[in-house]
Amino acid sequence: MLGRGIIKGFFETARNFCGSYYDRARLTTVQYPEVKMAPWENARTFPFLIYDGQDPIAGLRCTACTICAQECPAHCIEIVKATAKRADYLGKMQLQPKVFNIDIAVCMGCGICAEVCPFDSIKMDQIYDLLATVYDRRQTLDSVKTGQVHDQPGENHSLVLQLKDLAKSNDYFRLLHPTEAAAVDEARAEEQRKAQAKKAAATPPVAPATLATPATSAAAASIAPTMPSAK
Amino acid sequence: MNALDQIFVSTSHWLTGLTPASVQPLVSMALAIAGLMAVFGTCFAVATICERKILGRMQNRFGPNRVGPFGLFQPLADGVKMLIKEDIVPFSADHAVHFLAPLALTVPVWLAFAVLPFGRNMSAIDLDAGILFFFAIGSASELAVFMAGWSSQNKYALLGAMRAIAQMISYEVPLVLASIPVLMAAGSLSLPAIVQAQNGAVMGGLPRWNVFTPWGLAGFGLFMIAAAAESNRCPFDLPEGESELIAGFLTEYSGFKYALFFLGEYLGLFAVTGLAVTLFLGGWQAPAAALEWLPSWCWFAVKFSALIFLFIWVRATLPRLRLDQLLNFAWKFLVPLALVNLVVAVVWWQSGAWRFPGALELRWLFGAGLLAGPYLWLGRALKGGKPAPHQYRYAE
Amino acid sequence: MLNEIAFYLIAAVTLACAVAAMALRQLVHCALCAAAAFAGLAMLYLQLDAEFVGFAQLLVYVGAIAILIVFAVLLTRADEIIPGSRQSSPSSLMGIAAALLVLSGIALPVLSSPSLHRLPVTTAAAPVKLIGVELMTRYVLPLEMAGILLTAALLGAVVIAMREEPETKLDPRPPAPRRAETGEVVSLP
Repeated sequence: MLGRGIIKGFFETARNFCGSYYDRARLTTVQYPEVKMAPWENARTFPFLIYDGQDPIAGLRCTACTICAQECPAHCIEIVKATAKRADYLGKMQLQPKVFNIDIAVCMGCGICAEVCPFDSIKMDQIYDLLATVYDRRQTLDSVKTGQVHDQPGENHSLVLQLKDLAKSNDYFRLLHPTEAAAVDEARAEEQRKAQAKKAAATPPVAPATLATPATSAAAASIAPTMPSAK
Repeated sequence: MNALDQIFVSTSHWLTGLTPASVQPLVSMALAIAGLMAVFGTCFAVATICERKILGRMQNRFGPNRVGPFGLFQPLADGVKMLIKEDIVPFSADHAVHFLAPLALTVPVWLAFAVLPFGRNMSAIDLDAGILFFFAIGSASELAVFMAGWSSQNKYALLGAMRAIAQMISYEVPLVLASIPVLMAAGSLSLPAIVQAQNGAVMGGLPRWNVFTPWGLAGFGLFMIAAAAESNRCPFDLPEGESELIAGFLTEYSGFKYALFFLGEYLGLFAVTGLAVTLFLGGWQAPAAALEWLPSWCWFAVKFSALIFLFIWVRATLPRLRLDQLLNFAWKFLVPLALVNLVVAVVWWQSGAWRFPGALELRWLFGAGLLAGPYLWLGRALKGGKPAPHQYRYAE
Repeated sequence: MLNEIAFYLIAAVTLACAVAAMALRQLVHCALCAAAAFAGLAMLYLQLDAEFVGFAQLLVYVGAIAILIVFAVLLTRADEIIPGSRQSSPSSLMGIAAALLVLSGIALPVLSSPSLHRLPVTTAAAPVKLIGVELMTRYVLPLEMAGILLTAALLGAVVIAMREEPETKLDPRPPAPRRAETGEVVSLP
């Protein structure tokens, strides 16, 4: 019958109108900036550096290998190596970056730096509403309680982020990308276990003979074939 | 509550009484004009914000809600924006006509409010040929659309103006034809008399408004559709469809002149809605004698608001019609239905003296049946149908 | 007194618009001034308390005929004449003479008619109901003739508009099969 579709349309809009007052599904607006939608896990904007533990300098994973700076298509990463070495999570002595600048005005968010980093130290951040004012940066970082202190007077307000702006804790990374962080943490824990096991197998056991049970030697023997021959 | 009902009339009388006798006609005219402009100016502002918020809610979003509580100061912000915008006139435009076009649109529309009865004894002029005045004024504003489109020296504006005029003159025919049965039933062209003719209650307690008769219901539908088309309202807003011809005939207008066009369009909508209330919904009359405590102008406002809400609802629901669909709809569907409506009205009127039990049902059945036939048949005949399968032509 | 001032004012505006309608250069301006002259006429009718005729004049002339003139001007693009070129021909003197003749033919009887000396009418203006009754009883034949004339004009317009549209039906035959399908080499032209 002529007009049936129109009547159905009227019912639909009437339902929308009445429903928008009590049903969340009928009013899908998110009133930015009072309310912000959380980005998807794979969303990315520009990179940040990860540190383990509490100290951003001592726990920094970055070893200043400069692979990310070389691979970056936009050449927005500037790295200057420091001279002093320190031990990383596996016990190996690594360099540290003295200067690590990323020009996020140039950065195009491709994520190649995060892909090529061998140390899982540079990952993609999800800040999408960064403005070069203290007020807004305070607000954008407010949503994640990381214990970071980035918004002190005299902080960097330009779009060239420096090491102190880029270094964020692993908890932040876990919050942003849970799946990826879990995988990275598991891989690092696994490597740490292997490294410790290797160290334990390399040094002769000083423990008393009562403790050298066949199970322990069998465990050591089972681990031995899987150890990489990287001597 | 007779005092509240006549509050505007008595205030106007009192104020005119304060002035010397020689200027009293002028003063009473000025008071009426000032009152109408104030009321409908505010109505325009309220209508813009209501429309945007209601449209928003129907589209699963908020309307404007930043300026003031619930966005209620948005019209002020819009007004300020329109006023402070630069008035750009194209270099090759016809300056005199370009300047006069918004005036030529707005002035006749303001005139149309003079004959509408807003309450008991509350029409500014009680013309003997009131409704003819209304339609004449409405048709005078079409020339302004052409002036706007042509003076811009812009082919898109000209095209938009041509389409707008074609649409407006096509839909004047169903508009007038739909209101003729009302004139027949009332026996007069004067609008207060038409309201009076809808006095009293008919069998069953329903008021004697024209909308509660088969011809009145159909006529109301026809009138509302034609009214939407006359004021370039969705789904007939092709002339000003922003996605079609930039802004149609309004392309070269900015700032206050655009605001005047906008105002003229909304005021035209208000005038035609007021006429619909008067012709079909019994004007300022209450539905039942028990509800007479609400003043007559309040009832008019209630019915008026309901119709404006209906227009906004239609805008949120229906897509825009293409020009050929629009014109086909007017000439091939609405005009025949309006003519059949006339016949139904005559039969209803002539059978008004029947008093045997079941007479009302019989009259309704006849009226509805006579209208349903052309409605369904035309609906089926005018449907587009499946397009022919595309003939692919390969290059040989 | 106020009536006379109103009459002179409206008459002056109407005459000015009518003169402008023939004297202006741009054709669309002329059309718009003609519409204004029609509106002036309507106001003269209203000033004489002839409501129905006045509003009908507005509705028909300004609302329909002016738009018709404007459409005709635009669809034929007749306004693309070089502005400023005054055409003075020897027949303009004959034109002026003819105009004076017509004017005197109209003006002399009007000026010498006895109706100028009649007192102004004091009875109420004819209500629309009366006009309707007269149209349906005394003047029903002219009304029906006018209706038939208008219907014939409408039908004729529709017929003319329909005939001008060329027949553009899609060819219902299926397209010829491509020669490449049969294995032959198609040489492109």
